Amino acid sequence: MRYAETGFNLEIDLTRGNIEKVATDPKDTELYLGGLGTNTKILWDRVPPETDAFSPENLLIFGTGLLCGTAATGCNRTIVSTISPQTKLMAFSMMGGYWAPELKYAGYDKVVLRGKSPDLVYIWINNDKVEIRDASHLKGKGAIETASLLQKELKEPKAQVAAIGLAGENRVFYASIEQGRSSASRGGIGAVMGDKNVKAIVVRGTQDINIADPEKFMDLCYEVNDYIKWRQENPIKGVIPILAILGSPQEMAIHDEQWHTENFSWGNARTRRKGFWTDEVSEEWLETMNKARTRLISCYNCPIACGATISLPGLPTYMMKCFTKLTYTMAAMSNLEFGLTIAQRATEYGVDGYSAPQVMAFALELLENGILSDTDFPDMPEDNEGRHFYLLDKIVRREGIGDVLANGTHWAAKEIGNGAEEYAHNNIKKQEQLPLKLSMLNPIYFLMYCTGEKINITQIEGQFPQAAFPKREQREKFVKDWFQVPDDKFKQYFLDWEPRGENSNPYYPTVDMTCDIVDWQEMMHYIDDALGMCAGLSSFHMKPPYHIHNFPQFITAGAGIEMNEEKLKQAAKRYRTLLRAFNINRGMRRKDEKPPEDHWKKRFPELEKELLDTYYVYKGWNEEGIPTRESLHELGLDYVAEDFISRGILTDEGKSS
Amino acid sequence: MTGEKKKKIIKTIRIDVDKCHGCRACEMICSAFHAKPRYSSSNPARSRIRVIRDPLADIYVPVYAGEYTVAECAGRDKYTINGKEYSECAFCRASCPSRADFKEPDSGLPLKCDMCEGEDEPLCVKWCTVDALVVEEREEEVEEEIEQEELEVGLEELASKYGMNTIMDAISRLSKKD
Repeated sequence: MRYAETGFNLEIDLTRGNIEKVATDPKDTELYLGGLGTNTKILWDRVPPETDAFSPENLLIFGTGLLCGTAATGCNRTIVSTISPQTKLMAFSMMGGYWAPELKYAGYDKVVLRGKSPDLVYIWINNDKVEIRDASHLKGKGAIETASLLQKELKEPKAQVAAIGLAGENRVFYASIEQGRSSASRGGIGAVMGDKNVKAIVVRGTQDINIADPEKFMDLCYEVNDYIKWRQENPIKGVIPILAILGSPQEMAIHDEQWHTENFSWGNARTRRKGFWTDEVSEEWLETMNKARTRLISCYNCPIACGATISLPGLPTYMMKCFTKLTYTMAAMSNLEFGLTIAQRATEYGVDGYSAPQVMAFALELLENGILSDTDFPDMPEDNEGRHFYLLDKIVRREGIGDVLANGTHWAAKEIGNGAEEYAHNNIKKQEQLPLKLSMLNPIYFLMYCTGEKINITQIEGQFPQAAFPKREQREKFVKDWFQVPDDKFKQYFLDWEPRGENSNPYYPTVDMTCDIVDWQEMMHYIDDALGMCAGLSSFHMKPPYHIHNFPQFITAGAGIEMNEEKLKQAAKRYRTLLRAFNINRGMRRKDEKPPEDHWKKRFPELEKELLDTYYVYKGWNEEGIPTRESLHELGLDYVAEDFISRGILTDEGKSS
Repeated sequence: MTGEKKKKIIKTIRIDVDKCHGCRACEMICSAFHAKPRYSSSNPARSRIRVIRDPLADIYVPVYAGEYTVAECAGRDKYTINGKEYSECAFCRASCPSRADFKEPDSGLPLKCDMCEGEDEPLCVKWCTVDALVVEEREEEVEEEIEQEELEVGLEELASKYGMNTIMDAISRLSKKD
């Protein structure tokens, strides 16, 4: 018997309309865990590097985490992996909600889509009965609307639906996959779904997920639940509100937005607005939120309630979470009411809440600076808010300039030319980033921005405080109950970290310490993404309930795989390296590993070079960021080394050629 | 007959639908607790509590499995409360032919909430950290007489349906069995 996982994937060939239930190899679970890990293995094995995002050969994988559907609180994530049309690298985007546990209960760990359906279809997975069904009546429908229609049509209000909106159908490079209160947004995975002509995947499952050692597993769950309760009642002092308590983060519940509105940049990631958060703004936004927010809502088996139901007068209800609350508001230099209003339409269309607002701000900046002209925007309204609705519609429908903008700022700038590239200034690896423009280089964030292949800072940061605490007493207090650290040396790193002076950024933490910290942060995210754990209860936070010391026990008791810390670290390193190898095969190199030029004012080229050089060695990669033959061998990835050599990416001596 | 007073513990789960976040931890843990061996699996479809959810309509109603019934009601209920229209039978506890809830998914055998006998509190309550589910216990004194009255009402019903003689015959046959 397989524990925690079902041991089966659902393989669907859309071109031929063939559906198969395929048993998976338990050995792969031991080596790559599940979720992101096994998704990556499948992509490596089956999608050659020449494959375009919109090729029928590209796979679109919906993977559930290894522990999804068990009693482990907050373990409910779906990890969607494919080739991104925007970055041309592996996209891995994730969503919480209810879809992953439902798929597990239906008897599958993953849905693997290949080929391309000739007509628009949806997939109906009802336990062992799986059908590809006509979706022509859903063409152009909103993502949320589609979910409701399908639940009605199938008379299954308990079915969970992952759907695309018009943006996915029209292959917008930053189209999302929406699932009610959650969405997988980054990397244009919705466009790949649209390209495959799949409008939605509907799932209903009524089967058991088994646990290897129930008693031990429940003890672990109760320990975590008690700790969550304690942690929420004892917020961390001296940090911003969303970092003080657990959550993904708690943007819907927390009202104080001084930190985001004054430290993040507005418009096309341009303007810092110091002093923005006045009493009047605070009052107005509180009123807006109270009026719009019907209820705080959770994901499956999680008490944290990071999402909210939003109902604005005259508009259909939708659900929201996290930072999309502010992205439209800030890109448009408007207010919260506008942000919540346009997000309703954007959610139905199914677009990424990070990229879409920035693309619109970019377009208006090009217009302002004469790179685009009024003729590019026929019939655009005069008012600021109206212009953004206009742009959103044009992009999603790929009409006129919208067709260019739908490819994101990087590709749009290339196509527009005439100096437009200067305005696509906030990208890493061709993808729009959070609008942060800061002063002093932070070595930890430098490495994370350079080497994070989720290409999204919130999906790699966490664990270690974002900034030094002013007083030593505060730091001493912080480290006292910091049992989550993999090694006590991290406590010392933090104790000696000062906001100013010799032991401050950029030269402290030292290069070696920085490597340790960044590696720890990244590792915890990668473990979450294989197990299906939400970062809001784990890797994103300081002092989270899940950590390197209890995860191995969860895996042993839950999945029946003998696990310990070393073995888990090794597994995480294995699929993390495999993911890099996949991207290396697709052309990613050191030149691509850099933060936006203007991310920090104060830059230190020599230090930055040393940081990257040292971290590459630390990770077992050569000077180009390519995993070396030796490190691949250590991880049991000799098949990758052989592939690299056959493609001339590594020579027999292990050098890049 | 004089009514003899007896003490009876009444357990009530107070359900606050406004506090529910819709996470369904109650369903998950109920199914795990009742798995054999205990906690060896989870599967909300086997749960004896179901959250009737319609997120877009802001409807969250945790409902417990009650009695099994062979036949469905002659009619169905559809409540509208504060402008929110609840689905048919939303508040009903019955394991009934009209719906799939409260039945074992494989065998179709009915499920009924047992308040997690033997535990300090029902597990759904324990896992509901937002206090949408809270258990209360109170002691009530009940008079035997009341039960006697109920019995007589029941018998009268049967007598009017089958005739007194048939009922008497049935009782005498039953009493000989003992």
